[in-house]
Amino acid sequence: MLDGIDFSLLALDSPGWGGALLEGFLVSIQLAAGGYLLGLAIGICGAVAKLYGGRVTRDLAEIYTIVIRAVPELVLMLLFYYVGTDLANRAMQAMGYSGFDIDGLTAGILVIGLVQGGYATEVIRGAIRAVPHGQIEAAQAFGMAPLKVLRRVTLPAATPHAIPGMANLWMIATKDTALLAVIGFSELTLVTRQAASATRAYFLFFLAAGALYLLLTLVSNLGLRLFEKRARRGLAEVR
Amino acid sequence: MTDQPAIQVEDLHKRFGTVEVLKGVSLTARPGDVVAVIGGSGSGKSTMLRCINLLETPSAGRISIKGEAYEMRSVRGEMEPANRKQVQRIRAHLGMVFQSFNLWPHRTVLGNVTEVPIHVLGVKRAEAEARAIAVLERVGLGDKRDAWPAQLSGGQQQRCAIARVLAVEPTAMLFDEPTSALDPELVNEVLSVIRDLASEKRTMILVTHEMAFARDVATHVIFLRDGRIEEEGPPEQIFGAPRSPHLQQFIRSVA
Ligand SMILES: Nc1ncnc2c1ncn2[C@@H]1O[C@H](COP(=O)(O)OP(=O)(O)OP(=O)(O)O)[C@@H](O)[C@H]1O
Ligand SMILES: [Mg+2]
Repeated sequence: MLDGIDFSLLALDSPGWGGALLEGFLVSIQLAAGGYLLGLAIGICGAVAKLYGGRVTRDLAEIYTIVIRAVPELVLMLLFYYVGTDLANRAMQAMGYSGFDIDGLTAGILVIGLVQGGYATEVIRGAIRAVPHGQIEAAQAFGMAPLKVLRRVTLPAATPHAIPGMANLWMIATKDTALLAVIGFSELTLVTRQAASATRAYFLFFLAAGALYLLLTLVSNLGLRLFEKRARRGLAEVR
Repeated sequence: MTDQPAIQVEDLHKRFGTVEVLKGVSLTARPGDVVAVIGGSGSGKSTMLRCINLLETPSAGRISIKGEAYEMRSVRGEMEPANRKQVQRIRAHLGMVFQSFNLWPHRTVLGNVTEVPIHVLGVKRAEAEARAIAVLERVGLGDKRDAWPAQLSGGQQQRCAIARVLAVEPTAMLFDEPTSALDPELVNEVLSVIRDLASEKRTMILVTHEMAFARDVATHVIFLRDGRIEEEGPPEQIFGAPRSPHLQQFIRSVA
């Protein structure tokens, strides 16, 4: 079955496409990691807003999560990308910066992060609600300031409950980067398509891309398992 | 200044919605006093205790710790703390021991005991740890400092919670039924730690269903019924010669 496949096309140097593929892969990882971290930050803020916020903040967070989860991701990404960069550029122009252009990687991270944040908000909110209230109350009873309670008690105690959902979101983030190919990001999927159509070796390149995505998943799984083990110290043994 | 009450509660009222749960409770705990609070379920014991560190916001009344009254203000007819920093500062020295321990499961025994000294009181880690080890020895957990709370028995968890309070050098300790969640065979190990603390003349307010224990360690006993102090006095009087029929009946029912 592998007869007639020219593996030299994967060579790192031109005319091989291996180098380009790896560069695309690196962009994919950067987009995924940046977007994921941004989503995590948004998720923590969103969860706190929903759980502890006043009426207005609660409603805003609610609208955000409903929209994110209701609209297809590709549509959201196109929307955020085109409308977002347009608005950003106009705002910059209005402030007197001309010819400003938000750079591609940042824009992609923002787009993925905004989508991830909607889901992360729900995951983290659920995890915080799973923390017995007495633990939080004990911290308050000792005079701990609210932000410190969040950082030292609520979030660490919620982490084990958040890990399964957040691990899922990481997997989704790595694959969402492929959607950015539509906007023209030179991430792994787009580079793969270019390589494939230039050489007509569709099977080879899509197989190679699939292997890279798989590799990323396997390595992340390993890391996540280590992290989970650490976060669950103290919970794992007895019970 | 020295005989200033550690805790003074004056005419405390607490409403939940339209239900008045505390209807004018006053109490004074001088340094070294052990005030036992007894009463039936729903009489308002926990609520009263939780008002002392403002875990519940009083609807009316005045609470002072070491002569310093909580600054309160009224917003749309509801009282609320006016000075969060003051509340945090006072709370840091009012150690509370909960019925369900409420240890932090993601920190070791030592971590639970050093958490507040390091992260609220700003004590240096080395100093906080040395002190934590000393208080853990006191409650008989010297060899458990690296264990996780989930690895401890209920009695050990509650002793760890007591160590956590001792580590802040509390002005007063607030106990809310510290042995109610324990298996019967674990009750005594916790009571004997509390008894030791009482004999050291530590100030405490102790909500309890353990009548024999209250009689034994308390300097003053308060019988709450339906949000009011129905009777109070020294333990010999409350348990030996109760006057109110409700108190007589209550003591018979729990004996
Ligand atoms: N957060 C709350 N909201 C509404 N009602 C409450 C709240 N907390 C307590 N109550 C009510 O206030 C009354 C007194 O409760 P509290 O917990 O102080 O009683 P207690 O004397 O500690 O009882 P127990 O011995 O069962 O612990 C009860 O009727 C209870 O239902
Ligand atoms: Mg109670």
